[in-house]
Amino acid sequence: MFNLNKNKLITLLKVQYSNMLEYRVEIALWAISGIIPFFMLNIWTNNNLNESINLSNVMLSRYFLSAFFVRQFSVVWVVFTFEEDALLGKISPYLIQPLNPFFRYFAQHIAEQITRFPFAIIIALIFFLINPESIWIPNLSLFLLACFSTFFSFLIQFLIQSIIACFCFWTEKASSIERLLFIPTLFLSGLLAPVISFPEYVKSWIYLTPFPYLIDFPANILSGNNTNIISGFFMQIFWISVLFPIFIRTWSLGTKKYTAMGS
Amino acid sequence: MGENIIQVENLSKSFDISSKEPGLKGTLQHFFKRETKSIEVIKNINFGIKKGEIVGFLGANGAGKTTILKILCGLIHPTQGRLSVAGNLPYKRRSNFLKNITLIMGQKQQLIWDLPPIESFYLNAAIYDIEKFEAKKRIKKLSEMLEIEKELYIPVRKLSLGQRMKSELLAALIHKPNILFLDEPTLGLDINAQRNLRKFLKIYNKETGATICLTSHYMKDITSLCKRVLCIHEGCLTYDGRLEKLLKKISPIKDILIICKTDKDAKELSNSGFNIKNQNQKEITITIKKDSIKSTLNNILNKFEIEDLYINEPPVDEIIGDILVKEKV
Repeated sequence: MFNLNKNKLITLLKVQYSNMLEYRVEIALWAISGIIPFFMLNIWTNNNLNESINLSNVMLSRYFLSAFFVRQFSVVWVVFTFEEDALLGKISPYLIQPLNPFFRYFAQHIAEQITRFPFAIIIALIFFLINPESIWIPNLSLFLLACFSTFFSFLIQFLIQSIIACFCFWTEKASSIERLLFIPTLFLSGLLAPVISFPEYVKSWIYLTPFPYLIDFPANILSGNNTNIISGFFMQIFWISVLFPIFIRTWSLGTKKYTAMGS
Repeated sequence: MGENIIQVENLSKSFDISSKEPGLKGTLQHFFKRETKSIEVIKNINFGIKKGEIVGFLGANGAGKTTILKILCGLIHPTQGRLSVAGNLPYKRRSNFLKNITLIMGQKQQLIWDLPPIESFYLNAAIYDIEKFEAKKRIKKLSEMLEIEKELYIPVRKLSLGQRMKSELLAALIHKPNILFLDEPTLGLDINAQRNLRKFLKIYNKETGATICLTSHYMKDITSLCKRVLCIHEGCLTYDGRLEKLLKKISPIKDILIICKTDKDAKELSNSGFNIKNQNQKEITITIKKDSIKSTLNNILNKFEIEDLYINEPPVDEIIGDILVKEKV
Protein backbone atom coordinates (compact mmCIF):
# COMPACT_ATOMS: atom_id res chain seq x y z
CA MET A 1 0.00 0.00 0.00
CA PHE A 2 2.77 2.45 0.83
CA ASN A 3 5.76 1.52 -1.33
CA LEU A 4 7.96 4.07 0.34
CA ASN A 5 11.71 3.78 0.19
CA LYS A 6 14.63 6.06 1.05
CA ASN A 7 14.99 7.44 -2.48
CA LYS A 8 11.30 8.30 -2.76
CA LEU A 9 11.29 9.92 0.68
CA ILE A 10 14.40 12.03 0.04
CA THR A 11 13.18 13.14 -3.40
CA LEU A 12 9.75 13.98 -1.99
CA LEU A 13 11.31 16.04 0.78
CA LYS A 14 13.69 17.83 -1.59
CA VAL A 15 10.94 18.72 -4.05
CA GLN A 16 8.50 19.78 -1.35
CA TYR A 17 11.19 21.85 0.36
CA SER A 18 11.89 23.65 -2.95
CA ASN A 19 8.16 24.21 -3.25
CA MET A 20 7.85 25.54 0.29
CA LEU A 21 10.71 27.96 -0.27
CA GLU A 22 8.53 29.54 -2.94
CA TYR A 23 6.14 30.42 -0.10
CA ARG A 24 8.75 31.62 2.42
CA VAL A 25 7.03 34.93 3.17
CA GLU A 26 3.74 33.16 3.78
CA ILE A 27 5.50 30.67 6.08
CA ALA A 28 7.21 33.49 7.99
CA LEU A 29 3.80 35.03 8.59
CA TRP A 30 2.44 31.67 9.72
CA ALA A 31 5.37 31.36 12.14
CA ILE A 32 4.66 34.82 13.53
CA SER A 33 0.96 34.04 13.81
CA GLY A 34 1.86 31.15 16.13
CA ILE A 35 2.89 33.42 19.00
CA ILE A 36 -0.26 32.74 21.02
CA PRO A 37 1.81 31.12 23.84
CA PHE A 38 3.57 34.47 24.37
CA PHE A 39 0.23 36.23 24.88
CA MET A 40 -0.72 33.56 27.36
CA LEU A 41 2.60 34.00 29.13
CA ASN A 42 1.86 37.69 29.49
CA ILE A 43 -1.57 37.01 30.95
CA TRP A 44 -0.18 34.45 33.38
CA THR A 45 2.72 36.51 34.67
CA ASN A 46 0.86 39.82 34.90
CA ASN A 47 -1.84 38.20 37.01
CA ASN A 48 0.59 36.12 39.09
CA LEU A 49 -1.36 33.02 38.13
CA ASN A 50 1.80 30.95 38.20
CA GLU A 51 1.93 31.13 41.99
CA SER A 52 -1.07 28.81 42.21
CA ILE A 53 0.85 26.04 40.47
CA ASN A 54 4.21 26.63 42.12
CA LEU A 55 5.93 27.52 38.87
CA SER A 56 8.38 30.42 38.81
CA ASN A 57 8.11 33.17 36.21
CA VAL A 58 11.29 31.91 34.57
CA MET A 59 10.04 28.33 34.32
CA LEU A 60 6.71 29.53 33.00
CA SER A 61 8.48 31.66 30.34
CA ARG A 62 10.48 28.62 29.30
CA TYR A 63 7.33 26.51 29.20
CA PHE A 64 5.51 28.91 26.88
CA LEU A 65 8.57 29.38 24.65
CA SER A 66 8.83 25.59 24.42
CA ALA A 67 5.10 25.41 23.67
CA PHE A 68 5.71 27.89 20.87
CA PHE A 69 8.46 25.68 19.43
CA VAL A 70 6.44 22.47 19.77
CA ARG A 71 3.50 24.15 18.05
CA GLN A 72 5.73 25.38 15.22
CA PHE A 73 6.91 21.86 14.49
CA SER A 74 3.65 20.02 14.95
CA VAL A 75 1.15 22.17 13.06
CA VAL A 76 -0.98 20.05 10.74
CA TRP A 77 -3.27 21.19 7.94
CA VAL A 78 -3.58 18.05 5.83
CA VAL A 79 -7.38 17.90 6.12
CA PHE A 80 -7.80 21.24 4.35
CA THR A 81 -5.41 20.45 1.49
CA PHE A 82 -6.75 16.95 1.07
CA GLU A 83 -10.35 18.16 1.08
CA GLU A 84 -9.64 20.63 -1.69
CA ASP A 85 -7.70 18.05 -3.70
CA ALA A 86 -10.39 15.40 -3.27
CA LEU A 87 -13.29 17.69 -4.14
CA LEU A 88 -11.60 19.12 -7.21
CA GLY A 89 -10.36 15.73 -8.36
CA LYS A 90 -6.72 16.77 -7.96
CA ILE A 91 -5.83 13.57 -6.15
CA SER A 92 -6.84 11.45 -9.15
CA PRO A 93 -3.36 11.46 -10.75
CA TYR A 94 -1.78 10.69 -7.35
CA LEU A 95 -4.14 7.77 -6.70
CA ILE A 96 -2.87 5.91 -9.73
CA GLN A 97 0.77 6.29 -8.77
CA PRO A 98 2.55 3.58 -6.78
CA LEU A 99 2.80 5.75 -3.67
CA ASN A 100 0.08 6.57 -1.17
CA PRO A 101 -0.83 10.26 -1.73
CA PHE A 102 -0.60 10.92 2.02
CA PHE A 103 3.18 10.70 1.73
CA ARG A 104 3.04 13.82 -0.45
CA TYR A 105 1.14 15.65 2.28
CA PHE A 106 3.43 14.25 4.93
CA ALA A 107 6.49 15.50 3.01
CA GLN A 108 4.82 18.89 2.54
CA HIS A 109 4.42 19.21 6.31
CA ILE A 110 8.01 18.20 7.06
CA ALA A 111 9.27 20.57 4.35
CA GLU A 112 7.17 23.36 5.81
CA GLN A 113 8.62 22.69 9.27
CA ILE A 114 12.14 22.91 7.90
CA THR A 115 11.23 26.21 6.22
CA ARG A 116 9.75 27.50 9.48
CA PHE A 117 12.86 26.65 11.48
CA PRO A 118 14.91 29.85 10.91
CA PHE A 119 11.88 32.05 11.55
CA ALA A 120 11.16 30.23 14.79
CA ILE A 121 14.79 30.73 15.88
CA ILE A 122 14.58 34.47 15.15
CA ILE A 123 11.37 34.74 17.19
CA ALA A 124 13.05 32.84 20.05
CA LEU A 125 16.08 35.19 19.94
CA ILE A 126 13.78 38.20 20.14
CA PHE A 127 12.01 36.52 23.08
CA PHE A 128 15.37 36.05 24.85
CA LEU A 129 16.31 39.68 24.20
CA ILE A 130 13.13 40.77 25.95
CA ASN A 131 13.38 38.10 28.70
CA PRO A 132 17.13 37.48 29.20
CA GLU A 133 16.46 35.72 32.52
CA SER A 134 14.68 32.95 30.60
CA ILE A 135 17.72 31.93 28.57
CA TRP A 136 18.54 28.27 29.06
CA ILE A 137 20.27 25.50 27.20
CA PRO A 138 18.48 22.17 27.65
CA ASN A 139 20.79 19.20 28.09
CA LEU A 140 21.28 17.08 25.00
CA SER A 141 19.30 14.06 26.14
CA LEU A 142 16.29 16.15 27.14
CA PHE A 143 16.57 18.09 23.90
CA LEU A 144 16.54 14.86 21.87
CA LEU A 145 13.62 13.48 23.87
CA ALA A 146 11.75 16.74 23.29
CA CYS A 147 12.44 16.45 19.55
CA PHE A 148 11.08 12.88 19.52
CA SER A 149 8.00 13.78 21.51
CA THR A 150 7.36 16.78 19.23
CA PHE A 151 7.59 14.49 16.22
CA PHE A 152 5.20 12.02 17.87
CA SER A 153 2.86 14.92 18.63
CA PHE A 154 3.00 15.83 14.94
CA LEU A 155 2.32 12.20 14.00
CA ILE A 156 -0.73 12.01 16.29
CA GLN A 157 -2.17 15.21 14.83
CA PHE A 158 -1.33 14.13 11.29
CA LEU A 159 -3.09 10.80 11.78
CA ILE A 160 -6.16 12.41 13.38
CA GLN A 161 -6.47 14.88 10.53
CA SER A 162 -5.77 12.21 7.91
CA ILE A 163 -8.60 10.06 9.29
CA ILE A 164 -10.91 13.08 9.16
CA ALA A 165 -9.61 13.90 5.67
CA CYS A 166 -10.64 10.42 4.51
CA PHE A 167 -14.24 11.30 5.40
CA CYS A 168 -14.07 13.48 2.27
CA PHE A 169 -14.88 10.29 0.41
CA TRP A 170 -18.30 10.24 2.11
CA THR A 171 -19.03 13.87 2.92
CA GLU A 172 -17.96 16.96 1.03
CA LYS A 173 -17.03 19.04 4.06
CA ALA A 174 -14.92 16.79 6.23
CA SER A 175 -12.91 19.75 7.51
CA SER A 176 -15.91 20.84 9.59
CA ILE A 177 -15.39 17.68 11.68
CA GLU A 178 -11.84 18.87 12.30
CA ARG A 179 -13.22 22.14 13.65
CA LEU A 180 -14.97 20.15 16.38
CA LEU A 181 -11.53 19.13 17.58
CA PHE A 182 -10.15 22.65 17.49
CA ILE A 183 -11.55 23.71 20.89
CA PRO A 184 -10.39 20.66 22.88
CA THR A 185 -7.01 20.86 21.15
CA LEU A 186 -6.69 24.54 22.03
CA PHE A 187 -7.70 24.17 25.68
CA LEU A 188 -6.51 20.70 26.62
CA SER A 189 -3.21 20.54 24.78
CA GLY A 190 -1.38 22.98 27.02
CA LEU A 191 -1.20 25.77 24.48
CA LEU A 192 -3.14 28.24 26.65
CA ALA A 193 -2.08 26.91 30.05
CA PRO A 194 0.12 24.10 31.36
CA VAL A 195 -2.06 21.06 31.98
CA ILE A 196 -0.70 20.95 35.54
CA SER A 197 -2.77 24.08 36.27
CA PHE A 198 -6.07 22.30 35.50
CA PRO A 199 -8.36 21.16 38.35
CA GLU A 200 -7.72 17.66 39.67
CA TYR A 201 -10.98 16.21 38.33
CA VAL A 202 -10.09 17.43 34.80
CA LYS A 203 -6.56 16.10 35.09
CA SER A 204 -7.89 12.70 36.14
CA TRP A 205 -9.28 12.05 32.67
CA ILE A 206 -7.45 14.51 30.44
CA TYR A 207 -4.30 12.39 30.50
CA LEU A 208 -6.23 9.54 28.91
CA THR A 209 -6.92 11.65 25.82
CA PRO A 210 -4.27 12.44 23.19
CA PHE A 211 -4.48 16.21 23.81
CA PRO A 212 -1.91 16.78 26.62
CA TYR A 213 0.68 14.89 24.57
CA LEU A 214 0.40 17.35 21.71
CA ILE A 215 1.95 20.43 23.36
CA ASP A 216 2.15 20.10 27.14
CA PHE A 217 4.22 16.92 27.31
CA PRO A 218 6.93 17.89 24.76
CA ALA A 219 7.02 21.48 26.08
CA ASN A 220 7.55 20.25 29.63
CA ILE A 221 10.44 18.03 28.53
CA LEU A 222 12.10 20.85 26.58
CA SER A 223 11.65 23.47 29.28
CA GLY A 224 12.91 21.13 32.03
CA ASN A 225 9.65 21.07 33.99
CA ASN A 226 8.64 18.00 35.90
CA THR A 227 6.87 15.44 33.78
CA ASN A 228 6.56 11.68 33.63
CA ILE A 229 8.62 10.99 30.52
CA ILE A 230 7.97 7.24 30.35
CA SER A 231 4.21 7.43 30.67
CA GLY A 232 4.14 10.41 28.28
CA PHE A 233 5.98 8.49 25.55
CA PHE A 234 3.91 5.41 26.28
CA MET A 235 0.69 7.37 25.72
CA GLN A 236 2.04 8.99 22.55
CA ILE A 237 2.99 5.61 21.09
CA PHE A 238 -0.32 4.16 22.27
CA TRP A 239 -2.30 6.84 20.41
CA ILE A 240 -0.19 6.45 17.27
CA SER A 241 -0.75 2.71 17.28
CA VAL A 242 -4.50 3.18 17.78
CA LEU A 243 -4.87 5.88 15.12
CA PHE A 244 -2.70 4.27 12.44
CA PRO A 245 -4.87 1.18 11.78
CA ILE A 246 -7.98 3.39 11.88
CA PHE A 247 -6.40 5.56 9.19
CA ILE A 248 -5.50 2.53 7.06
CA ARG A 249 -9.04 1.16 7.31
CA THR A 250 -10.69 4.52 6.60
CA TRP A 251 -8.41 5.08 3.63
CA SER A 252 -9.08 1.64 2.24
CA LEU A 253 -12.88 2.02 2.59
CA GLY A 254 -12.80 5.62 1.39
CA THR A 255 -10.92 5.02 -1.84
CA LYS A 256 -13.59 2.46 -2.78
CA LYS A 257 -16.14 5.27 -2.53
CA TYR A 258 -14.04 7.73 -4.55
CA THR A 259 -15.94 9.05 -7.53
CA ALA A 260 -13.17 11.22 -9.00
CA MET A 261 -15.45 14.24 -8.95
CA GLY A 262 -14.30 17.30 -10.81
CA SER A 263 -12.24 15.31 -13.24
CA MET B 1 -9.53 -13.46 -21.14
CA GLY B 2 -7.64 -14.22 -24.35
CA GLU B 3 -4.95 -12.10 -25.96
CA ASN B 4 -6.61 -8.81 -25.14
CA ILE B 5 -4.63 -6.49 -22.89
CA ILE B 6 -7.91 -4.94 -21.78
CA GLN B 7 -10.97 -7.12 -21.35
CA VAL B 8 -14.29 -5.83 -20.08
CA GLU B 9 -17.32 -8.05 -19.47
CA ASN B 10 -20.77 -6.90 -18.35
CA LEU B 11 -19.33 -3.76 -16.81
CA SER B 12 -21.76 -1.50 -14.97
CA LYS B 13 -21.28 1.50 -12.73
CA SER B 14 -23.86 3.36 -10.66
CA PHE B 15 -23.48 6.56 -8.68
CA ASP B 16 -25.68 7.72 -5.82
CA ILE B 17 -26.74 11.26 -6.53
CA SER B 18 -28.82 13.52 -4.30
CA SER B 19 -31.14 16.03 -5.89
CA LYS B 20 -32.64 19.23 -4.49
CA GLU B 21 -35.72 21.17 -5.46
CA PRO B 22 -35.20 24.93 -5.84
CA GLY B 23 -36.40 27.43 -3.22
CA LEU B 24 -36.62 27.50 0.57
CA LYS B 25 -38.99 24.54 0.76
CA GLY B 26 -36.65 22.44 -1.34
CA THR B 27 -33.69 23.52 0.78
CA LEU B 28 -35.43 22.54 4.03
CA GLN B 29 -36.56 19.23 2.58
CA HIS B 30 -33.01 18.63 1.38
CA PHE B 31 -31.67 19.44 4.85
CA PHE B 32 -34.03 17.19 6.83
CA LYS B 33 -34.69 14.39 4.38
CA ARG B 34 -32.05 14.05 1.72
CA GLU B 35 -33.12 11.87 -1.14
CA THR B 36 -30.52 10.04 -3.14
CA LYS B 37 -31.05 8.26 -6.39
CA SER B 38 -28.85 5.58 -7.87
CA ILE B 39 -28.01 6.44 -11.45
CA GLU B 40 -26.53 3.80 -13.70
CA VAL B 41 -23.94 5.60 -15.81
CA ILE B 42 -22.39 2.51 -17.39
CA LYS B 43 -24.74 -0.27 -18.45
CA ASN B 44 -23.53 -3.78 -19.07
CA ILE B 45 -20.66 -2.98 -21.42
CA ASN B 46 -18.44 -5.59 -23.10
CA PHE B 47 -15.30 -5.06 -25.16
CA GLY B 48 -11.71 -6.12 -25.53
CA ILE B 49 -8.66 -4.16 -26.63
CA LYS B 50 -5.54 -5.72 -28.09
CA LYS B 51 -1.99 -4.73 -27.22
CA GLY B 52 -0.77 -1.78 -29.29
CA GLU B 53 -4.24 -0.70 -30.44
CA ILE B 54 -5.31 2.95 -30.39
CA VAL B 55 -8.99 3.06 -29.55
CA GLY B 56 -11.19 6.14 -29.49
CA PHE B 57 -14.18 6.48 -27.20
CA LEU B 58 -16.91 8.59 -28.77
CA GLY B 59 -19.96 10.00 -27.08
CA ALA B 60 -21.71 13.15 -25.99
CA ASN B 61 -20.95 14.85 -22.65
CA GLY B 62 -22.10 12.61 -19.81
CA ALA B 63 -22.30 9.53 -22.03
CA GLY B 64 -19.91 7.63 -19.76
CA LYS B 65 -16.63 7.71 -21.72
CA THR B 66 -14.56 9.25 -18.94
CA THR B 67 -16.13 6.95 -16.34
CA ILE B 68 -15.01 3.94 -18.39
CA LEU B 69 -11.45 5.29 -18.53
CA LYS B 70 -11.50 5.95 -14.77
CA ILE B 71 -12.63 2.37 -14.13
CA LEU B 72 -10.02 0.95 -16.50
CA CYS B 73 -7.18 2.80 -14.79
CA GLY B 74 -8.40 1.82 -11.32
CA LEU B 75 -9.45 5.23 -10.13
CA ILE B 76 -13.01 4.17 -9.40
CA HIS B 77 -14.54 0.82 -8.55
CA PRO B 78 -17.06 -0.77 -10.92
CA THR B 79 -20.46 -1.69 -9.49
CA GLN B 80 -20.68 -4.90 -11.49
CA GLY B 81 -18.86 -6.89 -14.11
CA ARG B 82 -15.47 -8.39 -14.78
CA LEU B 83 -12.48 -6.53 -16.08
CA SER B 84 -8.84 -7.18 -16.59
CA VAL B 85 -6.20 -4.65 -17.59
CA ALA B 86 -2.75 -6.07 -18.29
CA GLY B 87 -3.80 -9.11 -16.28
CA ASN B 88 -4.78 -7.06 -13.23
CA LEU B 89 -7.93 -5.97 -11.49
CA PRO B 90 -7.43 -2.21 -11.87
CA TYR B 91 -9.26 -1.14 -8.71
CA LYS B 92 -6.84 -3.16 -6.56
CA ARG B 93 -4.23 -0.61 -7.63
CA ARG B 94 -1.32 -2.98 -7.24
CA SER B 95 2.07 -1.42 -7.68
CA ASN B 96 3.03 -3.50 -10.75
CA PHE B 97 -0.25 -2.53 -12.43
CA LEU B 98 0.17 1.18 -11.67
CA LYS B 99 3.67 1.07 -13.14
CA ASN B 100 2.14 -0.20 -16.37
CA ILE B 101 -0.46 2.48 -16.94
CA THR B 102 -0.93 6.22 -17.06
CA LEU B 103 -3.92 8.53 -17.14
CA ILE B 104 -3.81 11.98 -18.65
CA MET B 105 -6.74 14.28 -18.16
CA GLY B 106 -6.79 17.40 -20.27
CA GLN B 107 -8.28 19.51 -17.54
CA LYS B 108 -6.26 18.16 -14.60
CA GLN B 109 -2.62 18.56 -13.80
CA GLN B 110 -0.17 16.74 -11.65
CA LEU B 111 2.80 19.08 -12.12
CA ILE B 112 3.76 21.20 -9.12
CA TRP B 113 2.49 24.65 -10.05
CA ASP B 114 5.28 26.82 -8.60
CA LEU B 115 8.24 24.68 -9.60
CA PRO B 116 9.79 23.99 -13.00
CA PRO B 117 8.48 20.75 -14.58
CA ILE B 118 11.88 19.07 -14.23
CA GLU B 119 11.29 18.85 -10.44
CA SER B 120 8.00 17.01 -10.97
CA PHE B 121 9.69 14.71 -13.50
CA TYR B 122 12.38 13.69 -11.01
CA LEU B 123 9.75 13.23 -8.33
CA ASN B 124 7.71 10.96 -10.60
CA ALA B 125 10.87 9.08 -11.54
CA ALA B 126 11.54 8.40 -7.85
CA ILE B 127 7.93 7.36 -7.27
CA TYR B 128 8.19 4.83 -10.10
CA ASP B 129 11.58 3.57 -8.83
CA ILE B 130 13.52 4.84 -11.83
CA GLU B 131 17.23 5.43 -11.27
CA LYS B 132 18.33 9.05 -11.62
CA PHE B 133 20.63 8.29 -14.56
CA GLU B 134 17.85 6.47 -16.41
CA ALA B 135 15.38 9.24 -15.53
CA LYS B 136 17.73 11.83 -17.01
CA LYS B 137 17.94 9.83 -20.23
CA ARG B 138 14.19 9.47 -20.51
CA ILE B 139 13.55 13.14 -19.73
CA LYS B 140 16.07 14.11 -22.42
CA LYS B 141 14.50 11.81 -25.01
CA LEU B 142 10.90 12.69 -24.27
CA SER B 143 11.58 16.42 -24.02
CA GLU B 144 13.25 16.28 -27.45
CA MET B 145 10.31 14.39 -28.91
CA LEU B 146 7.88 16.86 -27.37
CA GLU B 147 10.12 19.85 -28.17
CA ILE B 148 10.08 21.26 -24.63
CA GLU B 149 13.79 21.18 -23.77
CA LYS B 150 13.83 24.92 -23.02
CA GLU B 151 10.72 24.83 -20.87
CA LEU B 152 12.02 22.22 -18.42
CA TYR B 153 13.48 24.85 -16.09
CA ILE B 154 10.67 27.42 -16.18
CA PRO B 155 8.04 27.35 -13.38
CA VAL B 156 4.90 25.58 -14.55
CA ARG B 157 2.74 28.62 -13.79
CA LYS B 158 4.68 30.58 -16.44
CA LEU B 159 4.23 28.02 -19.23
CA SER B 160 1.60 28.29 -21.95
CA LEU B 161 -1.24 25.76 -21.97
CA GLY B 162 0.39 23.83 -24.82
CA GLN B 163 3.77 23.71 -23.06
CA ARG B 164 2.06 22.64 -19.85
CA MET B 165 0.17 19.86 -21.59
CA LYS B 166 3.37 18.57 -23.16
CA SER B 167 5.03 18.66 -19.74
CA GLU B 168 2.06 16.78 -18.26
CA LEU B 169 2.51 14.19 -20.96
CA LEU B 170 6.19 13.84 -20.18
CA ALA B 171 5.45 13.48 -16.45
CA ALA B 172 2.87 10.82 -17.24
CA LEU B 173 5.13 8.86 -19.58
CA ILE B 174 8.42 8.93 -17.68
CA HIS B 175 7.81 5.38 -16.39
CA LYS B 176 7.24 4.04 -19.94
CA PRO B 177 3.66 2.84 -19.39
CA ASN B 178 2.28 0.15 -21.69
CA ILE B 179 -1.26 1.45 -21.51
CA LEU B 180 -2.19 5.12 -21.88
CA PHE B 181 -5.61 6.42 -20.89
CA LEU B 182 -6.05 9.86 -22.40
CA ASP B 183 -9.11 11.88 -21.49
CA GLU B 184 -9.44 14.93 -23.73
CA PRO B 185 -5.67 15.36 -24.02
CA THR B 186 -5.92 18.20 -26.55
CA LEU B 187 -8.58 20.17 -24.68
CA GLY B 188 -7.98 23.89 -25.02
CA LEU B 189 -4.88 23.55 -27.19
CA ASP B 190 -4.45 25.52 -30.40
CA ILE B 191 -4.40 23.75 -33.78
CA ASN B 192 -0.59 23.50 -33.91
CA ALA B 193 -0.29 22.17 -30.39
CA GLN B 194 -3.04 19.62 -31.10
CA ARG B 195 -1.24 18.47 -34.24
CA ASN B 196 2.10 18.16 -32.41
CA LEU B 197 0.52 16.16 -29.63
CA ARG B 198 -1.13 13.78 -32.10
CA LYS B 199 2.15 13.38 -33.93
CA PHE B 200 3.89 12.57 -30.68
CA LEU B 201 1.27 9.99 -29.66
CA LYS B 202 1.57 8.27 -33.05
CA ILE B 203 5.34 8.03 -32.71
CA TYR B 204 5.08 6.88 -29.09
CA ASN B 205 2.62 4.14 -30.09
CA LYS B 206 4.83 3.04 -32.97
CA GLU B 207 8.06 3.04 -30.97
CA THR B 208 6.81 1.46 -27.75
CA GLY B 209 3.83 -0.59 -28.92
CA ALA B 210 1.76 1.00 -26.16
CA THR B 211 -2.00 0.61 -26.11
CA ILE B 212 -3.86 3.92 -26.15
CA CYS B 213 -7.46 4.56 -25.07
CA LEU B 214 -8.55 8.04 -26.00
CA THR B 215 -11.56 10.26 -25.55
CA SER B 216 -11.75 13.55 -27.38
CA HIS B 217 -14.26 16.03 -28.67
CA TYR B 218 -11.84 17.02 -31.41
CA MET B 219 -12.64 14.62 -34.22
CA LYS B 220 -9.26 15.19 -35.78
CA ASP B 221 -7.76 13.44 -32.73
CA ILE B 222 -9.95 10.43 -33.36
CA THR B 223 -9.61 10.30 -37.13
CA SER B 224 -5.85 10.74 -37.20
CA LEU B 225 -5.07 8.38 -34.31
CA CYS B 226 -7.77 5.73 -34.03
CA LYS B 227 -8.63 3.00 -36.45
CA ARG B 228 -11.14 1.58 -34.04
CA VAL B 229 -13.82 3.46 -32.11
CA LEU B 230 -16.30 2.64 -29.38
CA CYS B 231 -19.45 4.75 -29.33
CA ILE B 232 -20.99 5.22 -25.93
CA HIS B 233 -24.50 6.56 -25.58
CA GLU B 234 -26.18 6.99 -22.18
CA GLY B 235 -23.87 4.40 -20.69
CA CYS B 236 -24.41 1.78 -23.39
CA LEU B 237 -21.95 0.63 -26.03
CA THR B 238 -23.69 1.37 -29.32
CA TYR B 239 -20.86 0.64 -31.75
CA ASP B 240 -17.53 -1.13 -31.56
CA GLY B 241 -15.52 -1.37 -34.76
CA ARG B 242 -13.48 0.41 -37.39
CA LEU B 243 -14.00 4.15 -37.71
CA GLU B 244 -14.05 3.85 -41.51
CA LYS B 245 -16.85 1.32 -41.40
CA LEU B 246 -18.81 3.45 -38.98
CA LEU B 247 -18.55 6.44 -41.27
CA LYS B 248 -19.71 4.38 -44.24
CA LYS B 249 -22.50 2.82 -42.26
CA ILE B 250 -23.94 6.01 -40.97
CA SER B 251 -23.09 8.30 -43.79
CA PRO B 252 -24.13 6.93 -47.17
CA ILE B 253 -24.12 10.50 -48.49
CA LYS B 254 -21.91 12.84 -50.50
CA ASP B 255 -21.68 16.59 -50.69
CA ILE B 256 -21.59 18.07 -54.23
CA LEU B 257 -20.38 21.61 -54.66
CA ILE B 258 -21.79 23.03 -57.91
CA ILE B 259 -20.59 26.32 -59.37
CA CYS B 260 -23.23 27.60 -61.78
CA LYS B 261 -22.41 29.81 -64.75
CA THR B 262 -25.21 32.32 -64.15
CA ASP B 263 -27.28 33.59 -61.23
CA LYS B 264 -30.37 32.40 -63.06
CA ASP B 265 -29.08 28.80 -63.12
CA ALA B 266 -28.12 29.03 -59.45
CA LYS B 267 -31.62 30.25 -58.59
CA GLU B 268 -33.30 27.52 -60.62
CA LEU B 269 -31.03 24.84 -59.19
CA SER B 270 -31.79 25.92 -55.65
CA ASN B 271 -35.52 25.64 -56.39
CA SER B 272 -35.31 22.20 -58.02
CA GLY B 273 -36.00 20.21 -54.87
CA PHE B 274 -32.42 19.16 -54.05
CA ASN B 275 -31.27 18.97 -50.44
CA ILE B 276 -29.38 22.29 -50.27
CA LYS B 277 -26.69 22.39 -47.62
CA ASN B 278 -25.10 25.75 -48.46
CA GLN B 279 -25.58 28.51 -50.99
CA ASN B 280 -23.23 31.36 -51.71
CA GLN B 281 -24.38 33.23 -54.84
CA LYS B 282 -23.44 30.92 -57.73
CA GLU B 283 -21.91 28.24 -55.47
CA ILE B 284 -24.37 25.67 -54.17
CA THR B 285 -23.62 22.61 -52.04
CA ILE B 286 -26.17 19.82 -52.22
CA THR B 287 -26.28 16.58 -50.25
CA ILE B 288 -27.22 13.38 -52.07
CA LYS B 289 -27.25 9.64 -51.42
CA LYS B 290 -24.12 7.88 -52.66
CA ASP B 291 -26.11 5.46 -54.83
CA SER B 292 -27.81 8.27 -56.74
CA ILE B 293 -24.71 10.23 -57.71
CA LYS B 294 -24.78 9.23 -61.37
CA SER B 295 -28.45 9.98 -62.03
CA THR B 296 -28.36 13.24 -60.06
CA LEU B 297 -25.28 14.49 -61.89
CA ASN B 298 -26.81 13.59 -65.27
CA ASN B 299 -29.93 15.45 -64.33
CA ILE B 300 -28.03 18.57 -63.21
CA LEU B 301 -25.65 18.62 -66.19
CA ASN B 302 -28.54 18.29 -68.61
CA LYS B 303 -30.69 20.99 -67.07
CA PHE B 304 -28.23 23.68 -65.98
CA GLU B 305 -25.15 25.54 -67.20
CA ILE B 306 -22.41 24.39 -64.88
CA GLU B 307 -18.97 25.97 -64.61
CA ASP B 308 -17.43 23.42 -62.22
CA LEU B 309 -18.32 20.82 -59.63
CA TYR B 310 -16.67 18.92 -56.74
CA ILE B 311 -17.74 15.74 -54.97
CA ASN B 312 -16.79 15.56 -51.27
CA GLU B 313 -17.33 13.38 -48.21
CA PRO B 314 -19.11 15.33 -45.49
CA PRO B 315 -16.71 16.36 -42.66
CA VAL B 316 -16.31 13.68 -40.01
CA ASP B 317 -17.17 16.16 -37.27
CA GLU B 318 -20.62 16.56 -38.77
CA ILE B 319 -21.18 12.84 -39.11
CA ILE B 320 -20.08 12.11 -35.58
CA GLY B 321 -22.11 15.06 -34.31
CA ASP B 322 -25.04 13.48 -36.07
CA ILE B 323 -24.44 10.17 -34.30
CA LEU B 324 -24.32 11.86 -30.96
CA VAL B 325 -27.51 13.78 -31.59
CA LYS B 326 -29.57 11.13 -33.35
CA GLU B 327 -28.07 8.01 -31.68
CA LYS B 328 -28.50 6.28 -35.00
CA VAL B 329 -25.57 3.88 -34.84
